[in-house]
Amino acid sequence: MIKRFVNYIGDTKNWGKLRILFYIILAVVFISDFFVHRHHVEFIWDKIPGWSAFYGFLSCIVLIIVSKALAHAWLYKEEDYYD
Amino acid sequence: MHGSIRKRTIMTNWIHPSLLFILGSFLIPFLHGRVKKAYLILIPVLAFISVVTVSQGTYGVFEFLGHELIFGKVDKLSLIFSYIFTIMAFVGMVYSIHVTDTGQHMAAWFYIGSSLGVTFAGDYFSLFIFWEIMAFASAYLVFAGRQKSSVDAGFRYILIHIVGGLFLLAGILLHYGDTGSFLFGLLEQDGSMAFYLILLGFMLNAAVPPLHAWMPDAYPEASVTGAIFLATYTSKTAVYVLIRAFAGTEILIWIGAIMALYCVMYATLQNDFRRLLSYHIASQIGYMVAAIGLGTGLAIDGATAHAINNILYKGILFMGAGAVIHITGKRRLTDLGGLYKAMPVTLILYMIGGFAISGFPLLNGFISKGMIISAAGHDHQALIVLILLLAASGTFLSTTIKIPYYMFFGKASKIEAKEPPLNMLIGMGIAAVLCLLIGIYPGLFYGLLPYPVHFEPFTADHVTGSLGLLMATVLGFFLLLKVIKPEHHISLDVDWFYRMGTRIFLWFARRPVCAYEGFITEISNTVILPVIYFFARVGLWIDRNIVDLAVNSTANFVINMSAFVRRVQTGLVQHYAVGMVIGIMLIIIIYSLIGG
Repeated sequence: MIKRFVNYIGDTKNWGKLRILFYIILAVVFISDFFVHRHHVEFIWDKIPGWSAFYGFLSCIVLIIVSKALAHAWLYKEEDYYD
Repeated sequence: MHGSIRKRTIMTNWIHPSLLFILGSFLIPFLHGRVKKAYLILIPVLAFISVVTVSQGTYGVFEFLGHELIFGKVDKLSLIFSYIFTIMAFVGMVYSIHVTDTGQHMAAWFYIGSSLGVTFAGDYFSLFIFWEIMAFASAYLVFAGRQKSSVDAGFRYILIHIVGGLFLLAGILLHYGDTGSFLFGLLEQDGSMAFYLILLGFMLNAAVPPLHAWMPDAYPEASVTGAIFLATYTSKTAVYVLIRAFAGTEILIWIGAIMALYCVMYATLQNDFRRLLSYHIASQIGYMVAAIGLGTGLAIDGATAHAINNILYKGILFMGAGAVIHITGKRRLTDLGGLYKAMPVTLILYMIGGFAISGFPLLNGFISKGMIISAAGHDHQALIVLILLLAASGTFLSTTIKIPYYMFFGKASKIEAKEPPLNMLIGMGIAAVLCLLIGIYPGLFYGLLPYPVHFEPFTADHVTGSLGLLMATVLGFFLLLKVIKPEHHISLDVDWFYRMGTRIFLWFARRPVCAYEGFITEISNTVILPVIYFFARVGLWIDRNIVDLAVNSTANFVINMSAFVRRVQTGLVQHYAVGMVIGIMLIIIIYSLIGG
């Protein structure tokens, strides 16, 4: 069963369907955040519906771009740099 | 008085788990085959029974040079760490049971035993001894990678830990000077030198930047099985001692948050997947360090729970990564791809660890990460909360999306692969079950934490919030797939300073110091030595011709004199009488001549 499941996901032929499934899940999660009861509001952004998804997306983009930019400008060295 | 007698009687009733591991390790070389395998499993089981059955109290107190050594300070905090340390010993032994290199098993047991020693240490003295054993035993596991790079990294590892040990020792001695006590407990935040030196010593083992570079340097070089132990013990004992001595030290809040972010950032740059995972160990410890700085009951529980959970899911991730290296011999993401067909079970188990570290609902990371972020929220630390959430997104990005994508999916590499040995899968499986168990029934777990917990993880907004953050991260990853792809590079980190620092030192020794030494030798040969020789020759001449002559002449004179005296001194009374008479006559003549 595990093998079939993994093979289905791994097969690039199915990736179109999987992508649609992912978008559906993302939409459901995002929309349901509009309706859930705010258990504990500490900060102003806790009140914004869909805040977490927005912040997660922003974090991911900023992290990738900033770190890769730093790396290409400065931090990346050849693998034999220390040899 | 009564108390101390009671302590001593109880002491005999508890077998300290460190004893089981450290003394037990000496038997391993004499065992073979099934007996050896059974023994490797048996001792962790006995150690687990030992810590589960012991009741809280103080055991193993010895007088040493007028001080008390306390080997068994058993309370809720030391107990929960000892549970996970012995469980992970069991998991690690199952995972590494096929290894034939006895040295690695012995080193692992020394390492586990000394970690448990630190956990139960009630005084700085015994803590320091176990701390040092840990450093040396774990270095063996780095050397066991058996590449030239492993040996180099192992030496860097041991040197850095010796430096950290010296910080700690200096701090302990100053602390003793200040307080007159070796007792290990919450330190007073008096800003003394002792406070900061002990903090530095502990922070080095917790891999707090800029003292962290040893971790991503050494862990990817360790043996496949050794890395599992490394990922578990050093940093988590450091978290434990930080909780004990530095809970509520406010500076740690920011240090921890920056650490979580810094290391997540570096993790996105890595190509060697065990180095990537090592940066994530440090990043996760950042959460714990921040929580220790917050110091509230919920925060300390969160730090403790996160340490326990981290050991479990980071164990799975390292075991999965190790399984891939064991099978393919490759350690870089750029060399791998398409392993899903050959290693589906490894993939699924790895993903459980990946989802757990990312904080997916129903897995253990969801509980403890939630506790720490809530604790920061209750403390009104808005920026800290945002940084920790950013790091959570980054953790999911690198560990759970990037590694599996390039390792198991992506372009198919033409590598022959199959599932790893069954014992490796079982080791991963046990840890995966525990991640699920804690994630689904956190109530089982709360009772073991040091403070009473009132944390309800499964609120609707926490669930949708976490899922939203993580799902959006997946979207970001696929949008920037071309940017995030692993590259054939290494990234500079603060280890540059000591790696290049030693190089500058060696260059300095080879070039300026050597040249200076040559110059001095040259001057000495051409100018100074001839002068010295000249004076030496003059001295020799003087010695021979003047000093010797004088000495010889004096000697000859003395000999001749004594020969003459010997002739005069005949020893006959009549000769002396004649001499005396002649003398008296001479005196009378002289007087009469002068007087006349």
